[in-house]
Amino acid sequence: MYAARLIDLTKFYYLGDNVVRALRGVSADFPEGDFVAIMGSSGSGKSTLLNLLGALDRPTTGQYILSGYDVGKLDDDDLSEIRNRLIGFIFQSYNLIPQYTVLENIQVPLHYRSDRRTIGSEEMNRCLDLASRVGLSDRLDHRPFQLSGGQQQRVAIARALVNDPEIILADEPTGNLDSATEKEIMDLLTALNREGRTIIMVTHETSVARRARHQIVMKDGLIHSEGMLLTEGEK
Amino acid sequence: MPLANTIRTIRLAFKSLLLHKLRSGLTMLGIVFGVFSVIAMLAIGEGASAQAQQQVLALGATNIIVVTVKPPPDTQQNSSSGGGRRGFSVPQYGLLRSDYDLLTSTLPSISGAVRMREILSEARYLQRTINARLVGSTTEYSDMNHLQLLRGRFLSDQDERDMANVCVLGAETASTLFPLEDPLGQIIQVRTHRYTVIGIMRSRTASAAIGGSMSGQDFNKDIYIPLSTFRVRVGDITFTRLSGTFSAEQVELSQITLKVRDMKDVVATSEVVKESLKRTHGSKSDFDVIVPLELLRQADQIRQIFNIVLGSIAAISLVVGGIGIMNIMLATVTERTREIGIRRALGARQRDIIHQFLTETIVLAGSGGLIGILLGLSTPLAFGGLKGIVNNFVLNQGNGTSQMGKMFTEMEPKIAWWSLPIAFGISVGIGIIFGIYPARSAARMDPIEALRHE
Ligand SMILES: Nc1ncnc2c1ncn2[C@@H]1O[C@H](COP(=O)(O)OP(=O)(O)O)[C@@H](O)[C@H]1O
Ligand SMILES: [Mg+2]
Repeated sequence: MYAARLIDLTKFYYLGDNVVRALRGVSADFPEGDFVAIMGSSGSGKSTLLNLLGALDRPTTGQYILSGYDVGKLDDDDLSEIRNRLIGFIFQSYNLIPQYTVLENIQVPLHYRSDRRTIGSEEMNRCLDLASRVGLSDRLDHRPFQLSGGQQQRVAIARALVNDPEIILADEPTGNLDSATEKEIMDLLTALNREGRTIIMVTHETSVARRARHQIVMKDGLIHSEGMLLTEGEK
Repeated sequence: MPLANTIRTIRLAFKSLLLHKLRSGLTMLGIVFGVFSVIAMLAIGEGASAQAQQQVLALGATNIIVVTVKPPPDTQQNSSSGGGRRGFSVPQYGLLRSDYDLLTSTLPSISGAVRMREILSEARYLQRTINARLVGSTTEYSDMNHLQLLRGRFLSDQDERDMANVCVLGAETASTLFPLEDPLGQIIQVRTHRYTVIGIMRSRTASAAIGGSMSGQDFNKDIYIPLSTFRVRVGDITFTRLSGTFSAEQVELSQITLKVRDMKDVVATSEVVKESLKRTHGSKSDFDVIVPLELLRQADQIRQIFNIVLGSIAAISLVVGGIGIMNIMLATVTERTREIGIRRALGARQRDIIHQFLTETIVLAGSGGLIGILLGLSTPLAFGGLKGIVNNFVLNQGNGTSQMGKMFTEMEPKIAWWSLPIAFGISVGIGIIFGIYPARSAARMDPIEALRHE
């Protein structure tokens, strides 16, 4: 079973008379339980691809099938629902809501569920479990500015998991972190993948990319190469 | 959307607004003043109409009151006549007994009439004294002025024919002169004359002063004697001593009250009264015709002036307040672009974003409305201060006894309780109207752009 399939995906930006071909025909299959790192130089189309995968945007042509939905054909409200239910986002700059506490930040996706259910004790317990899973049980009432970068990224990971998504999308998740914290976060993501989570991650760092099961290298809006970097242990 | 969610959204809206307390406070000012003006306006309007109604009731809605007015000094000299006894001339002015005869015999629309003559005079019983109003009138006077008898009887036609030395006391006169004794049958002294007390009136709250009449109609300090008795005992000429110099004046009647049979004839009849009196009095402006029914119209004028002034203040404040709120919300939206992007990425639909920012605007405007309502409730206090200012600086310029001025100073604003929910509704409405645009512009942002926003 595939978590996500990309079929000849293109994304063009029209700027006046200029056309920017950010993606020029990308095809790829991501099986359930995959952990892939997307690499490539700046401007090669990594972010554009991740935005499409995250249902934040629709492709110009081609198909993106996520859990059986043809994302390109959905309207704005449906895209919102897809993002809420099937996707967990992890950003380079954490993107927590500054006026909310740790617990409130973890709860945000629950408020946007399609049935707009209020948070019951079951969901509350899940939030508390996730907070303890990322090691923040004693920081529930803290606000983001009271936390370190690594701790903020852990809150973001807990938030990404709260609706039990189909895939987790991470854009340079360790880009703002020191190497010790980078390792902690990557350990967390690796553990999640071992539990069966599908993870697609954009990164510059070979050391980070190595932690994925395989790597895709983008160049000029196309997949340039695919393969497996040797993991540390296999070197 | 379930209630719990709405409550949560409101709570979170408060949280966001409290992040910028000063800014939120300043933003609310326009709404605060707008709502305050709405409530104050309605309170003053209610007060004016309540007062007018009370006055009209007290004076009699179908009455026309003709009063003697002392003319301004210069015209008085030219037209002084009558007197001339004892070497110096006594200015004569005011209503004449012949006026009464003329009016009662020529006006078919009236069902009753009463005339009276009044002076302020000290009354005495044993050592006790009171500065009372000595009123000479006839038996109709008590009915015409809605006075109620407490004990004894009022003046009768027989008293009038006999020029009887009898009197009826107002409530305060009775209680001041007779704190312990039963006044009935006792003899009091007014000036050099003695009168036997035959009746006591029930206490009555004072009604407004009318036109050029002596003072507020405080019937409680009255002493009523038959008009014929007044004429023989007191006479038309009264002397007053003011800082050593004597002055005298001659007045036949102080007031004639006419009762009109049909409410719809009141105004027309009053015009006829004015015309016929003008004919006999010529250029002498020594009488005034007061139509209680007109007080209602004057109250309406006051209300209209206040409505226009405060209504404009309210409208301008509310619009300015609304625009201020819109500006702040647009700034807030820009400031929180990143947050909007995050929420959209996490599954918020456009309408969730609209809901969120609209709630914030409504909470902001609604809070301003609540503060305005609290201020509005203090209108009666604030109005007291305003009255002081108006009394000192506006009404005292010139003669200062215009009907409108009097009504203004004697009026108490009344909070119209129904205006509170309406005022709150208006502030919420402002929140919705001026919140829609910022909320929509927040919702229409491209989530990717919003996420990239620094
Ligand atoms: N919103 C946009 N409008 C116009 N051009 C864009 C937009 N987003 C990306 N691009 C262009 O598309 C290309 C790929 O960009 P991007 O996906 O951000 O690359 P990467 O993330 O690999 O650096 C670049 O040339 C970039 O300038
Ligand atoms: Mg990029």
